[in-house]
Amino acid sequence: MSAGTPGLPEHRGRSLRYGSRLDSYVDRYAERTLGMTASQIRALFAVASRPEVVSLAGGMPTIASLPLDIIGDLMADLVRRDGQHALQYGSGQGDPRLREQITEVMQTVGVHGHPDDVVVTVGSQQALDLVTRIFIDPGDTVLVEAPSYVGALSTFRSYQAAVHHVAMDEHGLIPEALREAIRFGKRAGTPAKFLYTIPNYHNPAGVTQTVGRREEILRIAQVEDLLVVEDDPYGLLGFDGEPPRAIRADLDDGVIYLGTFSKTFAPGLRVGWALAPHAVREKLVLAAEAAVLCPPALNQLAVSRYLESYDWLGQVKVFRELYRERRDAMLDALDELLPDGSHWNRPEGGFYVWVTLPEGLDSQAMLPRAVTDRVAYVPGTAFYSDGFGTRSMRLSYCFPTPERIREGVRRLAGVVEQELDLVRTFGPGHLSDRAGLGLPSPDLT
Amino acid sequence: MSDLGRVVVLAGGLSHERDISLRSGSRVAEELRDLGVTVELRDADAAFVRGAAEDPPDVVLPLLHGSQGEDGSLRTVLEMLQLRYVGAEPAASRLAFDKPTANTVVARAGLNVPEAWVLPHSTFRDLGADALLSSAMRALGLPLVVQPARGGSALGCSIVHDVSELPSAMVGCFAYAEDALLQRYVSGMEVAVSVIDTGDGPVALPPVEIVPDGPFYDYQARYTAGATEFFVPARLDPATREAVAAAAVSAHGALGLRDLSRSDFIVDADGIPWFLESNVAPGMTETSLFPLAVAGSGQRLGEVLRALLVHAHRR
Repeated sequence: MSAGTPGLPEHRGRSLRYGSRLDSYVDRYAERTLGMTASQIRALFAVASRPEVVSLAGGMPTIASLPLDIIGDLMADLVRRDGQHALQYGSGQGDPRLREQITEVMQTVGVHGHPDDVVVTVGSQQALDLVTRIFIDPGDTVLVEAPSYVGALSTFRSYQAAVHHVAMDEHGLIPEALREAIRFGKRAGTPAKFLYTIPNYHNPAGVTQTVGRREEILRIAQVEDLLVVEDDPYGLLGFDGEPPRAIRADLDDGVIYLGTFSKTFAPGLRVGWALAPHAVREKLVLAAEAAVLCPPALNQLAVSRYLESYDWLGQVKVFRELYRERRDAMLDALDELLPDGSHWNRPEGGFYVWVTLPEGLDSQAMLPRAVTDRVAYVPGTAFYSDGFGTRSMRLSYCFPTPERIREGVRRLAGVVEQELDLVRTFGPGHLSDRAGLGLPSPDLT
Repeated sequence: MSDLGRVVVLAGGLSHERDISLRSGSRVAEELRDLGVTVELRDADAAFVRGAAEDPPDVVLPLLHGSQGEDGSLRTVLEMLQLRYVGAEPAASRLAFDKPTANTVVARAGLNVPEAWVLPHSTFRDLGADALLSSAMRALGLPLVVQPARGGSALGCSIVHDVSELPSAMVGCFAYAEDALLQRYVSGMEVAVSVIDTGDGPVALPPVEIVPDGPFYDYQARYTAGATEFFVPARLDPATREAVAAAAVSAHGALGLRDLSRSDFIVDADGIPWFLESNVAPGMTETSLFPLAVAGSGQRLGEVLRALLVHAHRR
């Protein structure tokens, strides 16, 4: 550019005569980063965090119902009395006393594990990451439910796994579909490395596997020599009766059980665990040490003290009642307000309702309109790695009050009506780019 | 302590571009603080309005993108609060934000604007979408561009290559806005020209050439570092570069814009610049075009923004 060009200021510095991609490392990234791009759907969730928006998207527990004063005193006392321990590095496998307590927690769902086989992790999300890290090479197959937890799909994607969805119905994973998926993998020369399942109050589908289904899935896994990764964040948050018995309760070997204190206590502490067969546990500990050296000692001890000194099961009961009331508020509002052609399930615990919209609607295409109308949800496509879920959405009732839930559903119903009008005009729309929907962790919204 | 007093950078808001606005605001606040400017980074919410009424800042830099930020409404609020601010006044913002109206105004000023039609959803519903879309395709040809009549960051924007893609393009567009703009597709070099006016009249910064990896400069290409290649100045011959720069200054003037703007063009194979749109609150993120143009002119982003703030402060 010559100096003094009319309409242009004189250049005083070096110009980018050769192209710039604004990222000096663009040719150096690993292949697994290819899907890590900006997403307009992800960006919409920035709006969902504003108070004007009723977010039915996030999976945030209502920690306001925790005894915060007591926890504050407990934390202060912990640092004062045991700071030398709480603020120091710890064992890569996790604090021994907490691991003992975790085995007691697991007894509530029928699991009798040994503290030596427990690995404490940074939330159960890290347990999932470690399990994937030690079992999955690029291209290996993982079986998951259809739909499945978005955070698990992200982990599997980041290790370049081939994710194969297995159909569910209102009773959970369909055994025949599981058998078929296993056979398909074997025939194709890519036998599944493991099955990832959320048997209780499923995220996002809200479904709970029946006892009969669990037994059958277990039988299939044993016959087919399939490792089961059982993720159980919501098991204690059922609204009626005793907590469902875990799959791991009936099989010591062949199941890796993942647990967390995020839903029964506090997600901000990021304390979860894996209970694994001995040989697997060894590898998990080595992988955990390579990743983070050790889980945070302060947070582990805080959980340990809480379990020891507070009626934590009483607090879980408080959570259950709170979430039951909110579940009812959401189901009542859906029943009253959502247009014909929509349907949804009735979760017996956990955080989520899975809604299917009338024929021809696309929940992802509709999301910008919803945000304009100040309501947010997670489109169904986020829970599939293969583009399915277009007509579905996940609504969470765990965080907003019953009044806000009703207002959110009222807004959502208006959005659905507008979208129906649009589809009647133009016919059903289908966005082309579905797989790998770049969503933030739902808990962030 | 700076001679500007207390500067408020407004970012966030409730538009679909909130995330981008927050990134713009955060970067700009940092650049200004590096120069010793006293900066508060604030969201455009009720608390800001209450606070500004009781304890007004000396000057405001509004960086809200999309509706509210660029449709004139936020700037009306700033006027009501009797605050000094950088950028276009409400009426000019409203004009520039409404693409069909802006196109008409800019065309009258002598710029080339691709033929376009704008229609609300209700017209398609009442008169029949099939017939209207067929007419649009006959007149504009394929490919054609479908985009919201108001909005930014290419949200809801599609390039339609085949008639079968049109219904989903329309549904995607109407998810973001009430009116759809159907526009003839012009193939050529995509170029963005930023214009600044610190008191001596509007001048164009070096045109930035945009070469996305994908089929067009969509949201992903805009905000994923590495997904688009930029050339500053654009690889045009001097006469064409001058013509596109002059076109941006003309658009800035014709729309009655103030202080800063960014206009986007396609330069076709004959070197003719075709006007696409003007933005009154251009993005300031790490991958945005305005900061690239500033860097290409040999200046620092913070210095340019400080000069604009000083200019606004003196008004």
